[in-house]
Amino acid sequence: MSQYKVLPGPEAFLPPAAASMGNVLPDPGEAHIEGEIVPVDEAYEVAARKILGAKVPTIFPGPLVLWKWNDHVAEKATALRELANEVPMRLIPMADYRPKYPKIEAEFEINPNHPNLTIWHNKIDVCIFIGVHCHMANLSLKIIRGGTNCYTIAMCAMAGHEDACLSFRDADLAMITKLREAIKKLKSEGVESQAIPFQQFKMGRTGIIEQPA
Amino acid sequence: MSKEKIQISEDLADIMPPEYQELVATATFGNQDRGWKDIGSSKELIEQHSLCAGCPESIAFRYILASLPAPEDTVFVGSTGCTSLVFPHVAVHNIHSLFGNQNAIASGLKRTLASRFPDREKDVVVLAGDGATVDIGLDMTMQSWFRLEKFTTICFDNELYANTGGQESGLMQKGFVAKMAPKGKNFEKVRLAEIAREAGCAYVAVLTVSKPNRVEQVIKNAIYVAREIGPTFVQLYTPCILEIGKQSMEGLDEMKDSETIGGRFVQKEYITDEAQKLLDVIKEETKERKKAAKAAKKPVNA
Repeated sequence: MSQYKVLPGPEAFLPPAAASMGNVLPDPGEAHIEGEIVPVDEAYEVAARKILGAKVPTIFPGPLVLWKWNDHVAEKATALRELANEVPMRLIPMADYRPKYPKIEAEFEINPNHPNLTIWHNKIDVCIFIGVHCHMANLSLKIIRGGTNCYTIAMCAMAGHEDACLSFRDADLAMITKLREAIKKLKSEGVESQAIPFQQFKMGRTGIIEQPA
Repeated sequence: MSKEKIQISEDLADIMPPEYQELVATATFGNQDRGWKDIGSSKELIEQHSLCAGCPESIAFRYILASLPAPEDTVFVGSTGCTSLVFPHVAVHNIHSLFGNQNAIASGLKRTLASRFPDREKDVVVLAGDGATVDIGLDMTMQSWFRLEKFTTICFDNELYANTGGQESGLMQKGFVAKMAPKGKNFEKVRLAEIAREAGCAYVAVLTVSKPNRVEQVIKNAIYVAREIGPTFVQLYTPCILEIGKQSMEGLDEMKDSETIGGRFVQKEYITDEAQKLLDVIKEETKERKKAAKAAKKPVNA
């Protein structure tokens, strides 16, 4: 069993890849919490508590869920919106991976080449990665752990991420719904969301339609 | 991928950056008569790029992307160089290959796509600089032509290794002095167009990118011929204004000067008889289609 704990940073300019420290990915039906492999059901509750306890919980949807590749993806997008409304959480897209020039708009987007800028700007303390291609998620998660104190949750549709503080694997529509149910359950038990009230921004073809507040 | 895939998930559409909303709404996916005239009136497939101000390569990129007959079914294969800095900003699938390997990668890709999508035409377009095409990658370039692989090779010829500071390349003109070639080049510019013709390319064109309509026609010709007949090659002069000591505004003049009579880039084309026949048919079909579209637009009582 690995001794390396994948905790929120700031850890270092170049934090080690958790895999290089001996951390392994969960098997199907499992998840990992800070490097420790656990049954997936345990991870729902821990993730839900982290999200409800955060001041600025945020979902970073990536291209695999932002674009309607098929009907299942569209359903995932709907479930994601419902999850965001349930907490409530901000939604900030990672629409692509290009190094944007001259700079990114940290309030409205996150970029895998410098995700720390968005996290610093919005003071995000818990985030969920979903629909981000794994190689870009790995890069971002390491940068976030290196330079910020944000707790990272990966809802990966593949095999999960060692470099997230908490990682699900095989994340599909049912798993997003289960996470929402876990949050609902905690709320019904009296756990209140600590999220600072905000207004979700809205974009149109020509730019911002509704400013975040 | 097809244009039906270019849709945003409805429930997340209002958080998508404006450029993507614009792309879905006004880009010319699915319009086989798309061309350079769409620039300015529809969303281009190139976003902000990282090339130098006034770089002719950036102009070439815009014209090429506007001229692709089916961008949603096109895959670019690029190589290291200034071009590779632009590909992350382009809304067309692309693969970055090892330096010089681009035509080998494209060969495999084209065959795989033909096998995977037998009912759909998938265009593969190699876009690389002169170093990758003629020097380091000449073996792969020529072997793909010998094998008559059905894809288009476009060479952005800036006549030196611009990205690394101005070293001599095979396509550099004789006697030219560059920052990293202080004695001047001893040998003639490689006659790549003629090599391409002899190596089996069914359509070869050499030109500058000073005139968008010419670029559009050449790119379309090259892609249509590659679909049906065999390899095609387009050599575009895209001078590196930094390395030849020009200002940002002087790129266009440099290209115009080089295409005047006696210049290095007077437009020329080599077309096999078979390719010419195909292009004639396509030209006629396009004409008929445009005529029909025009007639459909006319008011009934006019």
